[in-house]
Amino acid sequence: MAPVSTERDLRLDLFRGIALWLIFLDHIPSNAVSWITIRNYGFSDATEIFVFISGYTAAFVYGRAMREHGFIVASARVLKRAWQIYVAHVFLFAIYLAEIAYVAHSFDNPLYTEEMGVLDFLKNPDVTIFQALILKFKPVNMDVLPLYIVLLLWFPPMLWLLQRTPSFALAGSALLYALTWWFDWSIPAYPAGTWVFNPFAWQLLFVFGAWCALGGAQRLARWTNSRVVIWLAAAYILFAFAIAMTWYFPRLAVFVPHALADAIYPIDKTNLDVLRIVHFLSLAVITVWFVPRDWPVLKSPAFWPAVVCGQHSLETFCLGVFLAFAAHFLFTEISNSLLTQIIVSLAGIAIMVGAAALISWYRQVERGPGPRPPSIEPGYAGRDA
Amino acid sequence: MMGRVLLTLALLALAGPAWAEMPATCRVAEPQIAHDFPLPRVMHALAAKRLDILVVGAGSSSLPGPTGAKNAFPARLQNALTEQLPGVDVSLTLNVKSGRTAEQMVKTLAPALQAAKPALMIWQTGTVDAMQSIDTDQFKAALDHGIAIAHSAGADVVLINAQYSPRTESMIALGTYAEIMRWVALQQEVPLFDRFSIMKLWADLGTFDLYSATKKLDIAESVHDCIGRLLAELVIEAAKPDEPHAEGGR
Repeated sequence: MAPVSTERDLRLDLFRGIALWLIFLDHIPSNAVSWITIRNYGFSDATEIFVFISGYTAAFVYGRAMREHGFIVASARVLKRAWQIYVAHVFLFAIYLAEIAYVAHSFDNPLYTEEMGVLDFLKNPDVTIFQALILKFKPVNMDVLPLYIVLLLWFPPMLWLLQRTPSFALAGSALLYALTWWFDWSIPAYPAGTWVFNPFAWQLLFVFGAWCALGGAQRLARWTNSRVVIWLAAAYILFAFAIAMTWYFPRLAVFVPHALADAIYPIDKTNLDVLRIVHFLSLAVITVWFVPRDWPVLKSPAFWPAVVCGQHSLETFCLGVFLAFAAHFLFTEISNSLLTQIIVSLAGIAIMVGAAALISWYRQVERGPGPRPPSIEPGYAGRDA
Repeated sequence: MMGRVLLTLALLALAGPAWAEMPATCRVAEPQIAHDFPLPRVMHALAAKRLDILVVGAGSSSLPGPTGAKNAFPARLQNALTEQLPGVDVSLTLNVKSGRTAEQMVKTLAPALQAAKPALMIWQTGTVDAMQSIDTDQFKAALDHGIAIAHSAGADVVLINAQYSPRTESMIALGTYAEIMRWVALQQEVPLFDRFSIMKLWADLGTFDLYSATKKLDIAESVHDCIGRLLAELVIEAAKPDEPHAEGGR
């Protein structure tokens, strides 16, 4: 087993923090500010960043636990983390129900008779709530946490394998991804359809993140530092950007050759389209090239707000989902002017940063006085994975 | 969004006097009307001075109340076409029932087309599919299937996607399904009436207050009237024999 650096890579926290902000902005319906987020300029979006980094940090934290305390203890901690995420999901569902019940009570418009039918499930809450508890009912924008839960449930044996034969484990993950595409495997949802994020496909990015954390990144360095690869990545990002522009300016679409359009569309998010993976990898290659691991600016106060959010990702994510509901509520009840949208978006991010800082402070208080240990402490709450 | 609004205003300044009879509120959305693909069967029907239209849709193709049928967009479309196509006999058949997914509508298409023998089938769908989170591949397959049935029955197709519904946005992923319809229209080379973008533009510009909680029908009727008129414009433009369609837009 190659020795792995023990100091936490701040870039992970930074980019996961930024990804959480982008997910928040994208989750506010009709938000003008979401035009700055990366999903508008290429194939992949913040979800890829979040899943990859979550795989990376999970391997980092639980990999160490598995080496030091064995398989059983590490697995128990992973499962505890999955349970925490499940509880968080149910909590968010309660907020979602409250919002829907409010709209059902207060909104009426003959133009939207059909759309109001979505509230009909309030008539049989027994079924809906049960389906939500078994993760089959999928409220809009609440799909990441169920994915995360399944990825973690599956993680202990994967981590065990990754530590013994990393290449074999990664190949197995890629095989599962390929078989999923071949046989259309998916998880059914209620009342119809499938999960928005298919775990059988998305596990590839999570496992790839874990593989990178356990020494894979060093093995790849020869490639990721190569000029050819960097130029290829840049070219692909430009290509994706050009295609993305045709989504907003349909008159540009005539420049996309028919054969090319047939080949690339539809770009499947549910099953993590290959185009999306390559786009994410290209972004990662360019990012790693521009932002070295030991870049001192990473510790500067300017980056601290994103870093602290990335360090408390579960809490920040859940808060972001709630804040997106609240923002939509403000838009419908008070104003949806451009200025309001900008203010609400910025205020939401400020609240996320404030909450993450508060959690950091709590952790410090609970840990007692004294300097923070140099490497991350694999606390039994399973923090930061 | 701002970019689109500015673009709209700029194009508005250029919009010609051809729009004299169209209320300004409707006209705002004119640049959103793309007639990239021709309607050859409608073209023939117009030459023969008789246009039969079948409207297939769910709840958002109708309005409640005793005057609903008269004021919903299918009737407004018929009205606008009759006005603008003097001498052409425009008849309308409705296959509208709320709560139906695209797949459920497809099952009724063959007999409905058989009975009405239309030159044009206007197909509004996507809302109920979004509400039930129907598998997107299944939704796309239903659209492809429905278009094929209409074409083989000798009818051109115009697709209409979901309404923009700001109040329920955090509960129904309408945008995803509206987007799929854009792609299917492009692939199948049929015109799409992008109701989602048009209504979103109206909401952004403040043309119609789509947030208001009301039991009154006035806004709903104005929205349907505009949709009917704009739809008529799309049909007439797409069925013009001499115009090159490849450029799209206006």
